[in-house]
Amino acid sequence: MPEEAPFRYRIRFAKSAPLRFIGHLDLHRTWERTLRRAGARLAYSEGYNPRPRLNLGLALPLGCTSQGDLLDVILEASWESEDLCQALHKAAPPGLIVEAVWPVPASTPPLQREVSACEYQVDLETTAAAAELQEAVQRLLSSDSLPRERRGKSYDLRPLIERLTLETSERAERPRLVMQLAAREGATGRPEEVLLELGLDPLAHVPHRARVLGPSVEPG
Amino acid sequence: MKSGDLSRTLERLLPGVQKPARYAGGELNQTVKDWDRVPLRVALAFPDIYELGMSNLGLAILYDIVNRQPDALAERAFSPWPDMEAAMRATGLPLFSLETRHPLCDFDILGISLPYETLYTNALNMLDLAGIPLLTADRGSTDALVVAGGHACYNPEPMAPFIDAFVIGEGEEVILDILACVRAWKGGGQPREALLRQLAGVWGVYVPSLYRVHYHADGTLQQVEALFPEARLPVIKRIVAKLPPPLTRLIVPYLDIAHNRIPIEIMRGCTRGCRFCQAGMITRPVRERPVQEVVEGIERALAETGFEQVGLLSLSSSDYDDILELVRAVSARFAGRHLDLSLPSLRIETFSVELMDLLQGNSHRSGFTLAPEAATERMREIINKPVSTQQLLETARAIYQHGWHTIKLYFMIGHPSETLEDVQAIADLCKAVLAEGRQLIGNRAKVTAGVSTFIPKPHTPFQWVPCDTLEQIQSKQALLKRQLRGRGLKLNWNHPQETMLEAWLSRGDRRMGEVVYRAWQRGARFDAWSEHFQYDAWLQAFQEADLDPAFYTHRERPIDEIFPWDHIDAAVKKPFLTEDYLWSLQGKTRVDCRERCFACGILPKFAELRRSNPGEVWECPEVRSPSRQRAAEIIPLVPA
Repeated sequence: MPEEAPFRYRIRFAKSAPLRFIGHLDLHRTWERTLRRAGARLAYSEGYNPRPRLNLGLALPLGCTSQGDLLDVILEASWESEDLCQALHKAAPPGLIVEAVWPVPASTPPLQREVSACEYQVDLETTAAAAELQEAVQRLLSSDSLPRERRGKSYDLRPLIERLTLETSERAERPRLVMQLAAREGATGRPEEVLLELGLDPLAHVPHRARVLGPSVEPG
Repeated sequence: MKSGDLSRTLERLLPGVQKPARYAGGELNQTVKDWDRVPLRVALAFPDIYELGMSNLGLAILYDIVNRQPDALAERAFSPWPDMEAAMRATGLPLFSLETRHPLCDFDILGISLPYETLYTNALNMLDLAGIPLLTADRGSTDALVVAGGHACYNPEPMAPFIDAFVIGEGEEVILDILACVRAWKGGGQPREALLRQLAGVWGVYVPSLYRVHYHADGTLQQVEALFPEARLPVIKRIVAKLPPPLTRLIVPYLDIAHNRIPIEIMRGCTRGCRFCQAGMITRPVRERPVQEVVEGIERALAETGFEQVGLLSLSSSDYDDILELVRAVSARFAGRHLDLSLPSLRIETFSVELMDLLQGNSHRSGFTLAPEAATERMREIINKPVSTQQLLETARAIYQHGWHTIKLYFMIGHPSETLEDVQAIADLCKAVLAEGRQLIGNRAKVTAGVSTFIPKPHTPFQWVPCDTLEQIQSKQALLKRQLRGRGLKLNWNHPQETMLEAWLSRGDRRMGEVVYRAWQRGARFDAWSEHFQYDAWLQAFQEADLDPAFYTHRERPIDEIFPWDHIDAAVKKPFLTEDYLWSLQGKTRVDCRERCFACGILPKFAELRRSNPGEVWECPEVRSPSRQRAAEIIPLVPA
């Protein structure tokens, strides 16, 4: 429990199915309202148009679900982490799940600067044989560059893929694609681009962001 | 399509459409009941997109009331945007409710909100997408009962072929009466007509299929004939004697909607009597909500929603008796909580410097809105909004002095007897206001002129008036566009063709239903959206229906003409409207009726209601002596 201002907290949360079509700005507003309902007063910036001091780590592509997402807030008052966690849990809308809350030193760099990569999981809805898929994954990994175009801009997807594996097991009904994609400023890999590169239909799959790599994701 | 299949199809469509959250539901404070265990199911539909429908307070109130009934549920539906409509039609996905994703045709009642006329084709489109027969006459005993309400329903006739029952007036109580009728009828093996006749007996309900309309050879109305004993003539509007407590458990949308705020109605009705204003006539009598109730409502709603803004709603905020006390109380109670307070519809002559200071401390918007409606004193007398130009300029100065940079001025062109000089005066007045601002704050001062076109509306003193023609509107707008340019000036206007559509429909008769139907068939929808509005489809629809659009808009109506909406009784009597119209022609004005009662008709109509709700609940004078009329005639009976 921090003893003097600024009272900065990190919130780790999950975004489940009901929220998967909620974009970044809408999620920002949703958090503002959740905090207000919880009675946790946000500190505001100075100036002509004061804004609440709330910082969402990394935008999640529309249509994805997530866990281990991060949010930093600065509050007007000090809270016990446990109390804040419970209050937020009660105030959160359906589909927004609070995993953990802990104080972070005011000197911690902003989330955006700390994030380096994310891990996505995609349960594949495909009849293609596992062997063929495995081959496609290998082909992709062994290529030096994967030129692609997105919104009229061409770029190379290959350096953004840090890791890509296909997990199959007897027990799981469907194979699962696990990808670690770069998430640095100006170098963000998007899961649907990888799916397209593998010849899979992005509209038929719901990527799940399982981890954000870089910032501290645990209390202490 | 079953609910499970529907959900699967939907989940596949959503990633491919714009703003999928419009169709996903699942927001905080939505009510989801167990479909199989609730016998009475109501779908509440707003015939435009989610962002507009979710900003409609009426729909939210009805949703809450129905869901409070143990044996009833209410779910929401909105118009799909064209991309979603195409996807739905391609996959056979019917229009569904957001809460449990049931097709709308599976509900007992489909309630459609019709606050304005340009939603009519969207309403038809919703019926079609839901798989409900469009015409009342084609519906059977298993089809949903289609009910419509909202201000546009004060002239229900253009939508009469499609709507089983209209609610005329306020919905808070009548919705329960309608539920009671459906509850009693459902499963009883009686034909649909039995339900409709039962509904016709409810105060405030109009069942158009129980009436026949007769016309003169020239197309004007001769008579509306009641075909059944239950069909009342006239149909008196429903009102609540006292405003029910404000709704606080509002659904909190994830999307950025039109009005992101806690809406608290502080007052219903208006005592001013502006002659162009339909809302001011049809929402009488004026009823105010006590300050304490408003403040407590905000407190509860904040805890339940977390909204960042509060809108104190009424037709004329500064006329609220204790407006200063209210704003002081709200400011004091919520100080330091970053709550943005909006108080729309302030009148030029009645708000004070203190009010301005309080608002400035609570609001971060840069513009301040005033609505002089006309730019010359002569014209303002005709429309009965008598404010002097001097007063307007003083108010503008005070606004610039108190920290605002932009003043928005609302005007209308097309008022009765308006000339190009009156239009020129709009430009002159805007420049005069800007000049005041320049003197005080220099080049930061801005004026935005919002100039809409006057459309004569039913139940107003101007219901006899011809509407400007396209050519007249275009030449007036051209003048304004030439004049209102340059630094600090901005002009917003309405497209004249869109004005024409609203004008045709506003004073349409029952024959207009065919025009609406044919326009929809020709692809008209989202008529309120400029990018979708199809003027030609409407002109062709008129031609196919063998009707002349000009008959509905540009004709000066004789003072004794029977109107298609005369059998709908808004309780302000026609002789009062007639007198007021004739007064306007002489430039005679009326003061605020808080100062003096002009006997508009409200009190005799609702004498019993007023007597049982004495004191400050209403702004009308009290009724002391027992009414000479029989109570049964005044307050229609509600079925047991």
